[in-house]
Amino acid sequence: MAGEALSRPDGRAGNQIRPLVCTRSLLSRADGSAEWSQENTTVLAAVYGPKSVTGKKENPEYASLEVIWKPKSGLSGKFEKEAELIVKRSLESIILAALYPNLGISIILQVINDDGSLLACAMNAACAALVDAGIPLSGLIAAVSCGVTVNNEVVLDLLKSEEQKNVAHVCLVFPSQPVSVVLELASNVDEKPEKQGFTTCVMRGAMDVDQYLTCVDQGRAASAEIAKFLRKSLGQSQVWALLSFLL
Amino acid sequence: MEVEAFKRLYPLPFYERYLDSSVRPDGRPLGRARPTSVSLGAVSTADGSAIVKIGNTTMLAGVKLEVMVPSQETPDQGSITVDFQMPPICSPLVRPGRPVEAASVISEQLSNVLTSSELVNLSELCIAPGKAAWMAYLDVYCLDADGSLLDTALLASVAALAHLQLPAVSVSEEGRVYPVSSTTSGDVSMEGAETSIKVKGNSISPRRRLKLGAAPFALTCMVHKKHLLADPCAEEETLLQSSITITMNQMGRLVSFYKPGGAVPATTAIVKECISLARRRAREVQQILKEALEDHIESPSLMQTD
Repeated sequence: MAGEALSRPDGRAGNQIRPLVCTRSLLSRADGSAEWSQENTTVLAAVYGPKSVTGKKENPEYASLEVIWKPKSGLSGKFEKEAELIVKRSLESIILAALYPNLGISIILQVINDDGSLLACAMNAACAALVDAGIPLSGLIAAVSCGVTVNNEVVLDLLKSEEQKNVAHVCLVFPSQPVSVVLELASNVDEKPEKQGFTTCVMRGAMDVDQYLTCVDQGRAASAEIAKFLRKSLGQSQVWALLSFLL
Repeated sequence: MEVEAFKRLYPLPFYERYLDSSVRPDGRPLGRARPTSVSLGAVSTADGSAIVKIGNTTMLAGVKLEVMVPSQETPDQGSITVDFQMPPICSPLVRPGRPVEAASVISEQLSNVLTSSELVNLSELCIAPGKAAWMAYLDVYCLDADGSLLDTALLASVAALAHLQLPAVSVSEEGRVYPVSSTTSGDVSMEGAETSIKVKGNSISPRRRLKLGAAPFALTCMVHKKHLLADPCAEEETLLQSSITITMNQMGRLVSFYKPGGAVPATTAIVKECISLARRRAREVQQILKEALEDHIESPSLMQTD
């Protein structure tokens, strides 16, 4: 299977992701911003926070998180609402919200161009923007999309044309925490990086269980690469460079 | 300390005490879903309808049909529009005038699952290619929101579509569609048709049920640090936070795996266990739906075998 040439529209191999570009601090008014591109799919993320919130949104124990998804054109519909919820729930697991009670963090995602893997691109952009804003995180996240073609091949980082033609595709988000500083989560460290679980999964289309497990494995490997790229682009300190070499 | 006070002050440790003994406060084992019941034909004015209860969660689904002109790209296909609503009757958290975000999310998930599972073959909804086709409006109303909303909504949708009967119609050459009444199953008579139209030029499609593909069934599981709970109630959902919703069909195909974030990452072990729970649940629910359909159908000649 690996030797056969897959006919993807842009000539990539099945387990090849598109070139990534991450630019930070583009917006002057936002506390943090980042633009993440996976070749032609581009999302611009802006983070405002921690800032004061009013009324119901105020939580005396945690900072409240708000995600706004702006489509490239048209009004926000149900797809945007679902995407907002998914991004919010995924980021809640990494943001140390307990440090900012009674405050709020807003993340605005603007779709610049959509050529497939939009949700994954937006998640990566949001994570980079959060780091740019200086919001304390317990780790990073790396998102990737995988799909199953009509010939039962598993491909990564789908184009829009592939998403429409394929049998099914799934967006997976993996946490990237090589070292845990929280004792209760230490059980995660015992597991080999190869067996790490995913934070989020959203599927479109139907596939068999074995195909799904293959997608998860491929996605896990790709997300490790994406996380490595993210760390490098965020300008890692000496400590990070040393740890990533050891593991 | 009294049990009530302990439950209010420390809800999570209260729950964990039960979970460690592999049982929940309502006595259910961790892997078991709540009692499920399906009742068809609840709305007599709708072309297909069903009320489904899983525990206390109640959903009402209805299908209404309308004739439309099919689009030029797909001249032999009808269409289905899915709408899911959570009126204030269902939960104290829903206020009138302000739509809950959960409703949009579940609505999107529901239409996604119904499309992915290919339950309804849109060509079945065609009356005359290029001229007339059925547009089905599937409306799902939540009457009582007590956890596992997607599971119940999906089952209600599947039941309503299984109950749906396409009315007998006659199509004229210009594409006008007329209702037809069938006195006996073999003899069809015209009703309300203009006298100038010849009967020979019209094609008549009889009253029939839709031939459905493999039906999808969903199961929501809550993931806790050490335990996996199937079919949570609303209290468990707000307390335990990390949920996984798996939709499988009878063929064992994974139609949807939905995990919207959450503090606990899903390892391969958790994924496999959830899938096996979902598979078992799909078999259970398939049986319940089949029995409900058999009870409801009066004339044996219309019985469909899934």
